[in-house]
Amino acid sequence: MFSLVAFIPRAVQQGIPLLFGSTGETITEKSGNLNLGIPGVMYVGAICGVIGAFFYEQSVPSGDLNGFLAVFIPLLCSLAGSFLMGLLYCYLTVSLRSNQNVTGLAMTTFGIGFGNFFGGSLIKLAGADVPSISLSQTSAYFSKTLPLASQTGWFGKIFLSYGFLAYVAIIISLIAAFVLKKTRTGLHLRAVGEDPATADAAGINVTKYKYIATCLGCMIAGLGGLYYVMDYACGVWSNDAFGDRGWLAIALVIFTIWKTDVGIFSSILFGGLYILYLYLPSGTHTEYKELYKMIPYVVTLVVLVITSMHNKRENQPPHSLGTNYFREER
Amino acid sequence: MNNNEIAVSLRNITKTFVGTVLANNNVNLDIKKGEILSLLGENGSGKTTLMNMLSGIYHPDAGQIIINGKEVTINSPRDAFALGIGMVHQHFKLIDIFNATENIVLGLDGKLNLAEAEKKIKAICDKYGFEINTNKKIYDMSVSEKQTVEIVKVLFRGAEILILDEPTAVLTPQETEHLFQVMRNMKEDGKSIVIITHKLNEIQSISDRVAVLRQGEFIGDMKTSDSTIKEMTDMMVGHAVSLNIDRPEPVDPQPRIKVENLTVIDEEGVVKLDNVSFTANRGEILGIAGISGCGQKELLRAIAGLEIVKEGKITYIHRDGRTEELLGMSPREISELGVKLSFVPEDRLGMGLVGNMNIADNMMLRSYRKGNSRFFTDKKTPRDLAEKVVDQLQVATPSLDTPVRQLSGGNVQKVLVGREIASEPRVLLTAYAVRGLDINSSYQIYDLINQQKALGAAVIFVGEDLDVLVELCDRILVLCEGRVTGIVDGRTTDKYTLGSMMTQKGEA
Repeated sequence: MFSLVAFIPRAVQQGIPLLFGSTGETITEKSGNLNLGIPGVMYVGAICGVIGAFFYEQSVPSGDLNGFLAVFIPLLCSLAGSFLMGLLYCYLTVSLRSNQNVTGLAMTTFGIGFGNFFGGSLIKLAGADVPSISLSQTSAYFSKTLPLASQTGWFGKIFLSYGFLAYVAIIISLIAAFVLKKTRTGLHLRAVGEDPATADAAGINVTKYKYIATCLGCMIAGLGGLYYVMDYACGVWSNDAFGDRGWLAIALVIFTIWKTDVGIFSSILFGGLYILYLYLPSGTHTEYKELYKMIPYVVTLVVLVITSMHNKRENQPPHSLGTNYFREER
Repeated sequence: MNNNEIAVSLRNITKTFVGTVLANNNVNLDIKKGEILSLLGENGSGKTTLMNMLSGIYHPDAGQIIINGKEVTINSPRDAFALGIGMVHQHFKLIDIFNATENIVLGLDGKLNLAEAEKKIKAICDKYGFEINTNKKIYDMSVSEKQTVEIVKVLFRGAEILILDEPTAVLTPQETEHLFQVMRNMKEDGKSIVIITHKLNEIQSISDRVAVLRQGEFIGDMKTSDSTIKEMTDMMVGHAVSLNIDRPEPVDPQPRIKVENLTVIDEEGVVKLDNVSFTANRGEILGIAGISGCGQKELLRAIAGLEIVKEGKITYIHRDGRTEELLGMSPREISELGVKLSFVPEDRLGMGLVGNMNIADNMMLRSYRKGNSRFFTDKKTPRDLAEKVVDQLQVATPSLDTPVRQLSGGNVQKVLVGREIASEPRVLLTAYAVRGLDINSSYQIYDLINQQKALGAAVIFVGEDLDVLVELCDRILVLCEGRVTGIVDGRTTDKYTLGSMMTQKGEA
């Protein structure tokens, strides 16, 4: 039977990778960079974490894992991997001024290939008979729930039953919303995304803001990949398992009209919609499931239609989104 | 005025842009403390480039900048602000979705405290006589309000040297008067102001000294009080020019286009044109005056068949008295009726021409349906026309194959006007035909328009420079927020009458 208390935690777990992805992409887009490489970045973030965790688990005897290192090493590897992806994107689009769409799509293809290649290599190294690697020891640290989660009934289940990265995602999106809205850095970043020439004339270092926002955005998005493998998938990496969640994260940016705090609830809603097909009765008609899986995308299209019709200036994408800035152009 | 201390000294400044000519060549210029200096020059003479180097947008290839006796390097606008230099660009550098305060504090350091910033803005406004609504979003502002925000932004940073790039181009005479009053207040306060402008009478009324640039070189400077408009123009152009715009008497003016009760409402439900009626005669130039965005664009687009009209009638009257209803027809249907209508839109490289195509191909945008073959386009005729236009209108272009986007504003406009008048139009619609053009190019355009008038076309000329409207047009229709506030005779009116008609609704 359908139970809300069981459904919400699952929706949240589905939503957290999306929240990481959309927060990262929103920060990136606020600088005027349309990074369509986010799905690839999330793959890279995930596989780098897996690589780190794999070698750490291999290097110490089973059961002797240091809790801090077991979290710290994959985290650092994941951040480093997605940071490099961000740096690559910035170098191509900001410094070399290549087309943002092409660069982003290429990076997505690259990132997924990168993930699958190293994923496949690790599976070979591990010599497993199933096409996946299981890092259950590391995963145990990542998915450790808050204390009291099991003793507080439905409250604990809905609010306390997640690994630490889930709370990190929410905190990051709240901080991002605050920074964007209330601080000078946020004001400057929004200015860069709206009209880089104006920001430049006001003495803002456009290149610096674009680099930092994009790299930071990639690192945050990469954590989404890490959360997916280590917490949601219980430390099991198998190729292509992450699926199209990266695209959903980009759709979520539009859905939240570029507001990261709105993203918290929207991502959970999207997560819920994403798994809704498991709960809707479809009997023997499996084709209905495929229709249900479309719901999040249909919702995004509806939101796009509504925000475009409303035409409120503040709810539009950053004005310079997708275009590169070159100062001495005349 | 009170002393002769030099605030800024530019020495042997040279700047070249990749692939183009020298923008500035060995320019020497001094700006004194407490003076208003006019910088005069044709388009492409390097005024804006020179000032952009002072404000840190560009970096000179060679030469020195000396401020208050010290040689400095200005690498960024930030450096310029630190030295007390602030520039108000011709195209405003404001973020549309921010309000006035957010725009003013943009780029500064320290903790963001909008309440405190607002207090400081109020103090600046009171001191110099600005009016500003700090919470208003830029996209809701009029051009004049935006300009105020720009100037306050510069003063907020403590600028001692202000550069204003064509500040009056978009203002009504009343707004211009107010701006000049503010500028005088700032001068009294000891600030140096550089104003770049094409309008010679404004130079005379506001500035202490005028410096002239021609083709990137410094030609000379003089005290405004000792020089005449004629001297300034001759110096700017390099040879003597006539400053009067011809206005030949209309020959046999008969109604050509009759607009009745035209109402246009845009997608958001804003009334753009409200019950507009008038007649445009052949052999006559009908000027349209108004603050920008008061329905001029919609009016021309409606006549050209490009606007969705709520109600009204637009009747075309043939020479033999037959009439055609143009409303509800597409531009193609209009031309198939045999109505020769030409439209020079304000957005030259957006609506008028395709920037990445060359001159010949742009000519073809008008004639692509012509030719002998059903499948292949006729490239020869447009190419001949392009050659003719380049030749007759003296378009400065490396070749016919140069993409028009690489041409200067004046030359782009000549290509567009040349194409439009080549079809011998019976109705010629022009929107801001000389916007951004220098004196020489402007006069060439006026001549072309006068030729069409003499050939019996009905010309509708939407303009922003009221001096020009008063000198060029036979009759002038004034629009204010989509309504006609009057149609006056160009020979008897003056710009102050027009100016108050343009703002009538606001004052009433």
